[in-house]
Amino acid sequence: MKKVLCLVLSLCMLLALAACGGGDKPADSSQPADSSQPADSSQPADSSQPADSSQPADNKEPAAPASGELITVGVINNDPNESGYRTANDKAMRDTFTEANGYKATFYNNNDAAQQIATAQQMVQDEVDYLLLSPASTTGWDTVLKDAQAAGTQVILFDRMLEADESMYAAAVVSDMPAEGKTAVDWLASQGLSEYNIIHIQGHMGSDAQLGRTGALDEKVAAEANWNYVTQQTADWDEATAKTITQSVIDSGKPFNVIYAENNGMARGAAAALDAAGITHGKNGDVIIMGFDSDKWAFEEVLAGRWNYMGLCNPLQADTVDSIIKDLQAGKAPAQKIIYTPEQGFDAATLTQADVDKYGT
Amino acid sequence: MTTPVKTPKTPVKRPDESLLKRLTRHQLFIPLAALALLVLFNLIADPTFFAVSVKENSLGNPVLSGNIISVLDNASELVILAIGMTLVTASSGGQDISVGAAMAIAGSVILRMVCGGQVTADVMQTPLLLALLVGLLVSMIFGAFNGALVAYFKIQPMVATLILFTAGRSIAAWINNNQLPIINDIAFKYAGTFLPGIPVPTPIFITALVIALFWLALKFTNLGLYTQSVGINASSSRLNGLDPKLIKLMTYVILGVCVAVAGFIRVSRSGSINYSRIAENIEMDAILAVALGGNALSGGKFNIYGSIVGAYVIQFLTTTLYKYEVPSTALPAYKAVVVILLVVLSAPVVQEKLASVRKAPAKAAKEVS
Repeated sequence: MKKVLCLVLSLCMLLALAACGGGDKPADSSQPADSSQPADSSQPADSSQPADSSQPADNKEPAAPASGELITVGVINNDPNESGYRTANDKAMRDTFTEANGYKATFYNNNDAAQQIATAQQMVQDEVDYLLLSPASTTGWDTVLKDAQAAGTQVILFDRMLEADESMYAAAVVSDMPAEGKTAVDWLASQGLSEYNIIHIQGHMGSDAQLGRTGALDEKVAAEANWNYVTQQTADWDEATAKTITQSVIDSGKPFNVIYAENNGMARGAAAALDAAGITHGKNGDVIIMGFDSDKWAFEEVLAGRWNYMGLCNPLQADTVDSIIKDLQAGKAPAQKIIYTPEQGFDAATLTQADVDKYGT
Repeated sequence: MTTPVKTPKTPVKRPDESLLKRLTRHQLFIPLAALALLVLFNLIADPTFFAVSVKENSLGNPVLSGNIISVLDNASELVILAIGMTLVTASSGGQDISVGAAMAIAGSVILRMVCGGQVTADVMQTPLLLALLVGLLVSMIFGAFNGALVAYFKIQPMVATLILFTAGRSIAAWINNNQLPIINDIAFKYAGTFLPGIPVPTPIFITALVIALFWLALKFTNLGLYTQSVGINASSSRLNGLDPKLIKLMTYVILGVCVAVAGFIRVSRSGSINYSRIAENIEMDAILAVALGGNALSGGKFNIYGSIVGAYVIQFLTTTLYKYEVPSTALPAYKAVVVILLVVLSAPVVQEKLASVRKAPAKAAKEVS
């Protein structure tokens, strides 16, 4: 008897805690009634990446007749805590697909592709009108895409591509990662250094962003005699690891003059290691620092001349996706299947406050 | 005790035992030997590993720089966690796997306080001490939550702390409304970098302070005795007037304190936080440090100094691997090899085998004479 009581109590705590994480109003989720709502049960029990509706109100009336006028969308995205980029990306999606804008949206965030696929399957079975997808991995989506087609659900990819025939999705709004890498490497080449000794800090291996940004640099280093890697390591998008890697190069005493970090957080970690060792960096410094993404604070680093370059990776695809859906609703197919979000590189010498305000997130 | 027959139970009192033998039987032998081995390897491979130089950081302060300093500096969080983890292990015979997630929570609370809810702050909005206290309090509450599950609901520690392990990082994100706050106030970063005018990284001082506090607590209070007796036999300690549940709960709260300090150091290194990456997998390193220190993971007798040395061994190994440019994706694999070796070597079964092998020739020699 005691054991059963313990079990029940601890399960209650587990539920309360797990729901705390994602919900906007944790007080709601402590009521066991919530967890039996159909909206919740459509998602696999995975408390690490809580699945929740953008508005708790959605949860309460899953079968409201009013939803007939609303466009139902299922949004599958990565973990918003992964980086500043993803936080901005997730927020933009949640702000756009609201009831006020004519949508009834269900959101799911997870970095695990298997969980994403299972949830997507469920969403297709629930007959959402549109499935918006930022796949954690590029493969494994064939069944979902086929089922979606059979069920009449239109699939729109955002932010990340997957490996499938173009006919399998309605549109893709993505960043052109190889182009981002190439823009950055071209900029670096234009600096005209006599020798390039590069600390290359990579993102999560195998991700779209890492492959694109690494590819361009790898090619250049292989092609040019005066371009060398001092070290090439992955920090898995983590600032602290990036700092440790840079620290170990400084401790080894090897000369370097470029830090090519594949996102802003890692560039920040590397810069902290340089600061601690009194190595100057930025516009008038000894070491060139390069970062990627769109964080406002990083723009400010570049503006202040502490960093040299930031490759913009635009996280705000929500508006474009929104207009595509509105077009599709009106029976208009998008002009092109793959739409690249406008992106560019920013140089400390030419960046202006106006750019920061416009592109910073 | 599983010592072979005819051997006295306390090894120290054997007068005929050689110094070497006594040394190898000491609990700290394995971790210290591992440390010595790493030092030796680096000395032979590249003596410049140990070079320490004075540099001037970007604020114009003289600072020490070198691999050894990096090891001592970067091991700080792990050492502090390992101390708390040792107590939890000793009292409850299990480990807290939520320390990484709990560090994210503590860090998030502290950042929320000093940023005053803004995304970026140039000066601290709340006094640092207040922020620290709140972080400490929150962390202790979560520690008490874990402890209550283990002590009062008798849930396996690993299962009980799995709850916070899974939910902790989301809670941390929720505390800051899913924003990634950044504080640029240099004073906030003193704890994670350097104090003005002092060339030694501050985390080293904080770690030394924590170690000293625990040394005092173990020497002048019954903390060690009580924890140990509860871990060895909870019911007999209850019969002797101790409250095993309360003591278990207390060790988890103490771990909560350690977590808050470690979390504070981690966020003040950079003045920012990334919920899903901060202190990722540090719980495994902390448990490993306890095991390397020769402590039984099933609880009972413990030695916090073993865990401390164990933590430094792990960081030393990591830094060495970085120096030799082992790709950081391959790092865990190398670590695993070393860990397997050390853990197998310190396993009681192997220790006994080794002891009997050593004894055999000695016996033979005696018979001849």
